[in-house]
Amino acid sequence: MTISVASGKGGTGKTTVAVGLALALEQQVQLLDCDVEEPNSHLFLQLGPESRSSEDFSILVPRIDDDKCTACGLCSSFCEYNALARLKDKLLVFDNLCHGCGGCKIVCPEDAITEVPWPIGKLVSARVPGVDLLYGDLNSGEVLAPPLIRAVKRQIGGSASEGPGGTEASGGPPVIIDSPPGTTCPMVTAVKDSDFSLLVTENTPFGLHDLELAVQVLSDLDMPMGVVINRADIGRSDVEEFCRKKNLPVLMRIPYSREIAEFYARGESIVAADPDFRRHFQEMYSRIEALVAEEGQKP
Amino acid sequence: MKICITSQGEDRASNVDPRFGRCAHFCFYDTESGDYRFEPNEFAAGVGGVGVQTSQYMAEQEVGAVLTGQVGPNAFKTLNAAGIEVYPNAEGTVESAVQAFLAGEFEKTGGPTGPARHA
Repeated sequence: MTISVASGKGGTGKTTVAVGLALALEQQVQLLDCDVEEPNSHLFLQLGPESRSSEDFSILVPRIDDDKCTACGLCSSFCEYNALARLKDKLLVFDNLCHGCGGCKIVCPEDAITEVPWPIGKLVSARVPGVDLLYGDLNSGEVLAPPLIRAVKRQIGGSASEGPGGTEASGGPPVIIDSPPGTTCPMVTAVKDSDFSLLVTENTPFGLHDLELAVQVLSDLDMPMGVVINRADIGRSDVEEFCRKKNLPVLMRIPYSREIAEFYARGESIVAADPDFRRHFQEMYSRIEALVAEEGQKP
Repeated sequence: MKICITSQGEDRASNVDPRFGRCAHFCFYDTESGDYRFEPNEFAAGVGGVGVQTSQYMAEQEVGAVLTGQVGPNAFKTLNAAGIEVYPNAEGTVESAVQAFLAGEFEKTGGPTGPARHA
């Protein structure tokens, strides 16, 4: 089973929930930190740099053979991102605008385009008892998070199994995805093909506003979902009302607690701060399993 | 020579648009005939790479010089490769910018004048 932990608003506690859930489960889990612009799950697993292995990740960008190029402009009119400019007798390439789709190479009738790697980030893996961690780390100044997120997700199950129920069918470990905040391409890329999404929010006008956006996006993806309210005992009560109206189960309420904040600041998980949370997370996982099974029985 | 002035409106009393790629209108001015021609910038609302797209259009229109506010690195690289001169920091009305250009009061730039803006 693959559970993605998402939110509209940033800073609501996605990583707290994703890491807490990963550490609370008895079985070995895969934790994928797909917030590649700012991965931080690793900070809560007491990893040293030596325990991590990483490899470069590149996308392929075009290079033009000026001898073969006739400046016909098919490639530049194909490119939605304007990474190729056609001038009278030559083509210009803008690596920083290229999304690495490879379309220009396909449409070129003169076979004048080759591709070269353009490193955009790193794929990192580490292992602690109970958790196999994988994350992407986008290089500073790069903007193309989705290809790196897809590369992290290709590691699911350690094999080619992907898609809803894929890991379950192959008997793989539970997969927990720490998604980037927001509701744009990186978030959609991270949560897509999960069996369930947990939306972490807080009782503030911003928290509610961005939760509404996230619920809209996930509804369009037909994603079963539940809500975790962080710092649940302060703020306004609109979030609870919204969840009731939308028939969204509130699966956990995390209190506003100095102790949790202190553990967080030391890089320790919420399950270390309060042993009751281990049980809360296990119960939440069981409820999610039941909700996913229910979803599977719908026509 | 044909020059292009980025314009906020559709007539010569409009102000110069300080943005290059995402300007509201293009004003094409012919230095030989003295004719002004305005058209909306259909690339203005593009997702990204608008500076490149607009510059490519300048090359297609066989523009020799661009009068505008600021030009980013991608646009400058494209305009420069196309041999189009770039005159930044234009302000006031389109007509006054043209008059100032004709009087030789503008200085062309040898590099971009602002950062790339992806969106």
